[in-house]
Amino acid sequence: MPDSLKKKLKLKVSAINNGTVIDHIPSENLFKVISILGLQNVKTQITFGANFESEKLGSKAIIKLSDVFFEDDEINKISLIARNAKLNIIRDYEVVEKRVVEVPDKVIGIVKCFNPKCITNNEEITTYFNVISKNPLDLKCKYCEKITHEDQMVIK
Amino acid sequence: MKKDLISITDYSKEDYLRILELAADFEKNPNQRLLDGKVVASLFFEPSTRTRLSFETAINRLGGRIIGFSDAGSSSVSKGETLHDTIRMVSNYVDLIVMRHPLEGSSRYAAEVASVPVINAGDGANQHPTQTLLDMYSILKTQGTLDNINIFMVGDLKYGRTVHSLLMAMSQFENPVFNFIAPEELAMPEEYKLFLKEKGIRYFEHTEINDNINHADIIYMTRVQKERFMDPIEYEKVKNVYILRNSMLENTKPNMRILHPLPRINEIHPDVDNNEKAYYFEQARNGVFTRQAIIAHILNLK
Ligand SMILES: [Zn+2]
Repeated sequence: MPDSLKKKLKLKVSAINNGTVIDHIPSENLFKVISILGLQNVKTQITFGANFESEKLGSKAIIKLSDVFFEDDEINKISLIARNAKLNIIRDYEVVEKRVVEVPDKVIGIVKCFNPKCITNNEEITTYFNVISKNPLDLKCKYCEKITHEDQMVIK
Repeated sequence: MKKDLISITDYSKEDYLRILELAADFEKNPNQRLLDGKVVASLFFEPSTRTRLSFETAINRLGGRIIGFSDAGSSSVSKGETLHDTIRMVSNYVDLIVMRHPLEGSSRYAAEVASVPVINAGDGANQHPTQTLLDMYSILKTQGTLDNINIFMVGDLKYGRTVHSLLMAMSQFENPVFNFIAPEELAMPEEYKLFLKEKGIRYFEHTEINDNINHADIIYMTRVQKERFMDPIEYEKVKNVYILRNSMLENTKPNMRILHPLPRINEIHPDVDNNEKAYYFEQARNGVFTRQAIIAHILNLK
């Protein structure tokens, strides 16, 4: 069997009629993406798989969501942990639109402030960061004013 | 919308100038009963006698009443009440909240929760904007202007929040020059140097106090604290390098004044105290007028 065909078959977890396919998620962040997007509350069919081979990521995960479509604001939340994620919007078994995720200007919730003396790490407060650099990612906490760098980022 | 004072960079140059103008007015005439019938909460979740007395004097001179506590041990906080609930409760009682708290960002959060204005009297190592305004008032009073000032900052420039805030504030004025004197491990952080570069403001870095201070209009001294050093041997090496002595001041400019946020440890030798260039005790006195001015500005009393 030719490699390209093998690949196609491998990725074909299950074809969807209408909905969204999120591709190129780093495998280790699959469950974080599910949680950030709140997919546990979705009632339509969801299939996902992890540890697919990927030239870019080494190992990637894919999520397929029937009848689910995202607003930009919503989907961009995952950019922090799935920088290269790509969305395929499916209608009638056809890919009608491809989208990439973008790092937003503000990050609300999701990320923990790295500063242990920050009020947000000591009381139930939604974190709030202004993104001061997108690559590498630098997040400035609205409260303690300290900068959480990409390599210090912990997802809540 | 209510006005708060949380971080010095929340305010514009116009706000600074307005507050300094009011401070001069309060210095001339300190007893003005503008807070008559008003109640101010003074919430010190960690003790700071100096700052608290300065605020409470300012409030008293304005004729206001004070409720509050001077350390968290004597408040409901010790019973595990959240900051959120304390602030919600207190803001129902008062017209203004002055707070100091050991956690960084606590004041910004309190200002979001409170229905009345909040003044940050220090949130951990983060901000202490009323200190910055009283520093500016001291510079204005001694130099007659905030433009063209050559400021030497000495000591712990890495963790010293007062020098960071003063740098940000003075950068709003014409043609400042900054000189940083610090050991390598306590040098001014890159982000502030980058900020100055981007604004085209000149700065110079030195590792010892020598003849370079003869150019200074202001020498701003800070404490070099032992606990900032990873290696105690490094501290022993530098601790006596950053001590200002009277003999060093001989050729400094006649208008030069020495500031220090106080309390000092050993970084200004007592033999400096009688030099007319020593200004740190007057600086503390200026704090009361400046805080009166800040309160009047925030509550639109004048
Ligand atoms: Zn923070």
